[in-house]
Amino acid sequence: MPIFEAFSILILPQLLGARDLPFPRLSAYGFWCFLIGGVFVCGSIFFNVAPAGGWFMYPPLTTQYQDGLGPDIWLLGLSFIEVASLAAAVELIVGVLKTRPPGMRINLMPLYAWYILVVGVMILFAFPPLIAGDLLFELERAFDWPFFDPARGGDPLLWQHLFWIFGHPEVYIIFLPSIALVAMIVPTFAQRPIVGYSWIVLAAVGTGFLSFGLWVHHMYTTGMPNISIGFFSAASEAVAISTGVQIFCFLATLLAGRLTRSVPMLFVAGALAIFVLGGLTGVMVALAPFDFQAHDTYFIVAHLHYVLIGGMLFPVAAGVHYFFPLATGKLLSPRLGRWAFWLMFIGFNVAFMPMHLTGLLGMPRRVYTYAPNLGFDTLNLISTVGAYVLAAGVAVLLFDVVRPRKKQPFAPRNPWQAGTLEWLAEMPPQSWGVRSIPVVRSRYPLWDQPGLMREVDTGRYFLPGAADGHRETLITTTLDAMPVQCQRVPGPTFKALWAALFTGGAFIFATFAWYSAALISAVLALAVILLWLWTGTSIIPEQEQKDVGLGLRLPLYESGRHSVGWWAMLITMIGDMSAFFSLVFGYLFYWTISADFPPAALPGPGIGWPVAALLLLLASWLLTLRARHDNREDRNVRYQLDLAASVLCGVAGAAALMAGPWFNGMRPTEHVYPAITWALVVWLTLHIGAGVIMQAYCMARRWRRRLTPQHDMDIQNIGLYWHFMALTAAVTVFTIAVFPLLTSAR
Amino acid sequence: MRQRLAVAVICSTAVVLFSLPIIAAALPQSTLHPAGRGAELIAGLFWWMAGGALLIWALVIGIAWYAQRTDRQPWSTTALRRFIIIGGAVFPTLVLTTLLVWGLWLLAPLRAEPGTDALRITVIGEQFWWRVRYPDGTDNQIELANELWLPVNEPVELLLQSRDVIHSFWVPALAGKMDMIPGRTTRLLLEPNRTGSFRGACAEYCGASHTFMALQVRVVERLQYEAWLAAQRAPAMMPTDALALAGANAFLRNGCGACHTIRGTAAGGRVGPDLTHVGSRLSLAAGTLTTDSDTLARWISHAPTIKPDARMPAFEVLPAAEITAMAAYLEALQ
Repeated sequence: MPIFEAFSILILPQLLGARDLPFPRLSAYGFWCFLIGGVFVCGSIFFNVAPAGGWFMYPPLTTQYQDGLGPDIWLLGLSFIEVASLAAAVELIVGVLKTRPPGMRINLMPLYAWYILVVGVMILFAFPPLIAGDLLFELERAFDWPFFDPARGGDPLLWQHLFWIFGHPEVYIIFLPSIALVAMIVPTFAQRPIVGYSWIVLAAVGTGFLSFGLWVHHMYTTGMPNISIGFFSAASEAVAISTGVQIFCFLATLLAGRLTRSVPMLFVAGALAIFVLGGLTGVMVALAPFDFQAHDTYFIVAHLHYVLIGGMLFPVAAGVHYFFPLATGKLLSPRLGRWAFWLMFIGFNVAFMPMHLTGLLGMPRRVYTYAPNLGFDTLNLISTVGAYVLAAGVAVLLFDVVRPRKKQPFAPRNPWQAGTLEWLAEMPPQSWGVRSIPVVRSRYPLWDQPGLMREVDTGRYFLPGAADGHRETLITTTLDAMPVQCQRVPGPTFKALWAALFTGGAFIFATFAWYSAALISAVLALAVILLWLWTGTSIIPEQEQKDVGLGLRLPLYESGRHSVGWWAMLITMIGDMSAFFSLVFGYLFYWTISADFPPAALPGPGIGWPVAALLLLLASWLLTLRARHDNREDRNVRYQLDLAASVLCGVAGAAALMAGPWFNGMRPTEHVYPAITWALVVWLTLHIGAGVIMQAYCMARRWRRRLTPQHDMDIQNIGLYWHFMALTAAVTVFTIAVFPLLTSAR
Repeated sequence: MRQRLAVAVICSTAVVLFSLPIIAAALPQSTLHPAGRGAELIAGLFWWMAGGALLIWALVIGIAWYAQRTDRQPWSTTALRRFIIIGGAVFPTLVLTTLLVWGLWLLAPLRAEPGTDALRITVIGEQFWWRVRYPDGTDNQIELANELWLPVNEPVELLLQSRDVIHSFWVPALAGKMDMIPGRTTRLLLEPNRTGSFRGACAEYCGASHTFMALQVRVVERLQYEAWLAAQRAPAMMPTDALALAGANAFLRNGCGACHTIRGTAAGGRVGPDLTHVGSRLSLAAGTLTTDSDTLARWISHAPTIKPDARMPAFEVLPAAEITAMAAYLEALQ
């Protein structure tokens, strides 16, 4: 994941001929979150508190049978890291949709951008269910809310569902960006445009879509009905077709051209040989009957390494060789590259090929020793030898990357004679990126638009200079890439680092159950983020429009659908919805597995309080929308009154929401029914809290004249947020208050 | 070019020659030597799929090999489109559909429910051993541990439960695995069709000693099965030799009966495994040790060292003579 995001944030702007992605500070925040969270989680092993429940953390082993901090470090540490992933997803999706160069319609985008778009959307739908699962899990560990405890109506299988709804797409989230690298490398060395562009796009979208329909193939042995097994078997097999199409398109591209040999292509060839075998064993284990034997054995260990090393590590090595000049201006050594390749390729196969057999002989996963006379000994010895050879290959690659290369000459410009925009980069690379933002008419502009490089260099296109002294890039429409705005991009700031530190503090202190410290840290994080927003976003420009070159004048400020901020809010809220609906899924899951849910003997939240809460929250939403309108009409007093009323309605709505379960005596530790009801209520309350802060923020912005009738991005985006709050409130109240009435009336 | 081909041929021959004896050896935990109907059906499916996968792999690599050659003409657009459609879409769809039909068709025999008169055995997973309950012909059950004896050629249904965390019951020679989940009862059909000794293992990570949670299975003729069950049903015999007799007293005096049952004595604990016939068991501590007085003595004094996080405490504080006597007593419980 971090490798993919690093690659993407580095090369995506160059692929798109953009100066930068739209939210560099968000990227910085994500980076610091990754670093802090990663050090925290991985560092735990040195303090003997590392999580010991497997990466899947199945309860009840991890809820009731493991003391210590390990599981909490896993839950809170990974939730924190997921914040970083979601930040990157927002950045990359908006980047692909809005910062393409003029003329690069969506069907002319480099395939890499398509893959990033698919993966970004997958992250939005795959990670939030895990965040929801983590929330339930931590509530059980810290406060004894019995979500996974069968003695009080819970079910350990709910965690497995939530985990694998994340866990399986995650595999493709790792795999697709690496295949995206292959999709850039193969045409370059075939010296031919990719064959079957639309097929690949369809297949990538199809893979992303299907990957959400096959999580249950990790749960074939939990005793579920044959009909479910059949459905998920079919979906798991189907995903092989979309993968096959992509591989055949790459082969077809090679067949259409004539191959130039190179180290990147060597790694791509190795990836093909390894990945195809992993894919074929994947087809085998996707079939439930064979999985009954292979599940949780070394056969699976072999399968997943063939898929991930072939589908991720080898393409990444190819990508490192291929894109290295873009990062440093220097080429890696072809000789060391070939050494690294053969050591890695041979070592990998020696290590993992025997594991197929080890698994078939009955060796289960996650054992640290085994009895003699089972036939495992020799095979494991061979695997160990292979692992060392593989590690030696990786070491050669790493050495090549880090060795000093002061004396080495800079690479020639466009060293591989590629056709895509990132190779406009000058050698040595310059800090401004592309000299001027070109108009694109082809998928391979450097091949198909003669003289493009010279024209770009002489500043014949957009934004050739920085006359106003600001960092600027072009914003274009999502489908046709018509230029609509000149976006000012912020520069470096420490606020992103402070925000990440305090956000990290909130998660890390909570791990140690220091809840007041965690709360203080969260408040500080909020304060820094507000300061960051106040000083760094929605800045009113000194002029309304500017000349961006080629006689085009573009606005410097946009709000609503043309602005990147609106898209970022939309995308964030889609992710938020998928976490919320995972909680609702949990509620319904309990209803499906238990004949007595909601239990007749336990109190519910009633109908009065929840409905009152819904009405108040809807009022808060409508008042926010009216305030947005007031602002456009420049009615200042009514704007402030409307927002003040919406804040009051929001707070009152949250209070009414909590009053239902509170006054009816729902105790979350007693049974899973009050627990899941409270979880939904707490979720919505926290979101209302955020919404109310946003409303107050808009009041202050208008008061300080940072929000005007023409410059209304803040209130526009907050209106969008409240659309989602209205939906969340309606679904929550329906689920906790109306649904029990419907089911008890049955 | 010719050299590389030779290297490839030599490598694959070496792999095949090396794997053949391993595949051919009758190993106790192998899926490749089925002794039950379920495992047999799955092994058949596996061999077909493995052969097909190797063929397809060779085909794809062959195409890639051809594609990288520079002494050939580039293909035409029409040919390439046909290549993608047939190779990437049509062929996989046909193969996968066939496989899917086969796989789903297998589900019925693998997960059939045997008739009401079939033998039903309850197996309960615990950290890190198996509590086994056989029906004794009346309404009662006999409680045993860590081994199953099954009559050959009869369907047996296992009712699988867990007392603590998730475990998974797996005897590769007989059938696929099935998870044991707290709060649920899952079912697994076994239809052994050849006699012999087989080994099973817990297949779901269940804690520190997951690797020490194994199971012995003995498939025998009906008569032998009944004789074994009758012996297991009988209460423990009082030992005759002096050392074992002293051990029996020490066992009760040290409070071992708080956790263990020995039918026919005052020991009636339900926490740990039933020890009524522990001396006759095929293994000790769920497949971790052999059963004799030495291993029994080691287990009594150092259980958590041998098996981390096991609930059996270490009784090394007891006098060595008492431990020896108890081990002799337990070994005598045949």
